[in-house]
Amino acid sequence: MAIDSPLALDQPIQKRRRGRRDGHPLALAGRVAIAVVVSAIVIFPLYWMLVVAFSPRGELFTQELRYWPSTLTLENFETVFSRFPVADWFVNSVVIGLFVTAFTVVVNMLAGYAFARLKFPGNTAIFLLVLSTMMIPVQVIMVAQFKLVSGLGIAGTYWSVILPSAAAAFGIFLARQFIISIPNELIEAARIDGAGHVRIFVQIVLPLCKPLLAVLTLLTLMGTWNDFAWPLIALKDPDLFTLPIGLLYLKGQTTPDYNAIMALALISVIPIVILFLVFQRYFVQGFARSGIR
Amino acid sequence: MTSTTATGRGGVRTSPRPGAPRITSRLREAAVGYGFLAPNLILMAVFLFWPILWAIGLSFQETKGFGDPEWVGLDNYAKLVGDPVFWQSLWNTVVLTVFTVPIDMIGGLGLAVLLNSVLPGRGVFRTIIVLPMVISGVASGMIAVIIFYQSTGIINKTLLALGLPAVEWQSGSIPAMLSVIIASIWLRIGFNMIIYLAGLQGISPELYEAARIDGASRWQQFRSITVPLVGPSTFFLLIMNVIASFQAFDLIFVMTGGGPGYSTSVLGTYAYRNGFQIREQGYGAAIGVVLLVITLAFTYIQWRTSRTRDLVE
Repeated sequence: MAIDSPLALDQPIQKRRRGRRDGHPLALAGRVAIAVVVSAIVIFPLYWMLVVAFSPRGELFTQELRYWPSTLTLENFETVFSRFPVADWFVNSVVIGLFVTAFTVVVNMLAGYAFARLKFPGNTAIFLLVLSTMMIPVQVIMVAQFKLVSGLGIAGTYWSVILPSAAAAFGIFLARQFIISIPNELIEAARIDGAGHVRIFVQIVLPLCKPLLAVLTLLTLMGTWNDFAWPLIALKDPDLFTLPIGLLYLKGQTTPDYNAIMALALISVIPIVILFLVFQRYFVQGFARSGIR
Repeated sequence: MTSTTATGRGGVRTSPRPGAPRITSRLREAAVGYGFLAPNLILMAVFLFWPILWAIGLSFQETKGFGDPEWVGLDNYAKLVGDPVFWQSLWNTVVLTVFTVPIDMIGGLGLAVLLNSVLPGRGVFRTIIVLPMVISGVASGMIAVIIFYQSTGIINKTLLALGLPAVEWQSGSIPAMLSVIIASIWLRIGFNMIIYLAGLQGISPELYEAARIDGASRWQQFRSITVPLVGPSTFFLLIMNVIASFQAFDLIFVMTGGGPGYSTSVLGTYAYRNGFQIREQGYGAAIGVVLLVITLAFTYIQWRTSRTRDLVE
């Protein structure tokens, strides 16, 4: 899959440079060797997760040294599904992920448009204030936030995770940068035709923002799916756990079953890895754009 | 960035219809602006700004057990100064930062240069190196626990098979910290590579051609063209990496829980421990406030020095 869809950033440069600067066959072999070694090191932990997840229980936790399972088995998956509400955890992760993403994308697009295109007193100051919230560590606010969701009567519910997660600045930054780059003429033309700001936003700006929407959706979905510290604090009922909290719950058992933990880790990782492999172009664009500033 | 902002807004500033009352139109635009911002500002006010003020208030209180919180002034901060575990957590946070950030950035730049050159299967290598970035800190931590497992982990068994001594990943302070550093680098280096790749792609190939004509070596080209021209990426990554490292939590919480003893305890895990495990919430809040102040101070210094540098050049 990856071969067909490489991280497509720079095909033209490759063509221009070929044969001039990277021509020496020995140098090329050296570079391939480095790339292979680094990739092998990076991929090994993921390979090991697969191996442990599909190995007979306990096989890899003896003194015997082996790098692959003697037989492939699904028993670890049967164990996690029968002993823990894994299906519930999966559904919780999906539901929370979709709600947070939907809220965040709408809220961020609105704010991004306002910062990029509308003139109002305090525009720049508010934007900087919003941006500075990216520096706030969850550890600073977690105690107060927990008291807050308790006070609001939503402690332990989906909402206690969804609402705070939707107050995120990163997407606003992305949205503002993208919307600023939309040619002014398009918006001016609509204004001369008498369109109001809401109509311009819905009919002109949104249709031009499809790549932005893709990036925002993927990054928010990934961030929420992997989120740990706040859901750990907010969710107390094991039936409402998300997958990362469920993973920790498995490790907290009196005799943690690491084969089962790896099976659940694999379950939690697969959806996001598939999303990444299919849409890696958008992931990369999103990260790259956030870096270009 | 600033110039883009100006052009972006310039068009809107002119009155849309000739003869329309300017002031009403401006008022309307401001009203629409605040309206578009409202959902975000309300969410942020409730779930970020208010909790921050609350946390600062908590850091001046003592809440033990079920009693009412008591105002204790600067007691929590005074306690911090005399708390060896706090200093150890701060030190560990600095050690984690000093070891991971340069390796992430130099390694990321090296990999970006490597995977920006002509290479068979380049796309596959890029995909693999970026992949850990999408894996959750919790799942990564679990994998790391198994790989670094002291008695039967794959690393120690391999070392023994090679005739080398096993490493005390779990009982030794320094090896435990080392395992956390290695896992953190694994998780973040792909992000550094991607940002640098994007930076490299913004450099015009003509620059390298001109340098070659002038007889510059590869290393000279790298030093004099690549490094300065990926400067904005470096600036961005330095801030992002240092913040991520100072606020590290997920991976360490899962891998070591701060142990053995407090040898991998960082500010993030120590604040959580006080806030939710020991339930000394005021003290936990004080640690959080220190974390916030350090983060803001670093970002401010970075921002100032980079502005100065821009002005000088």
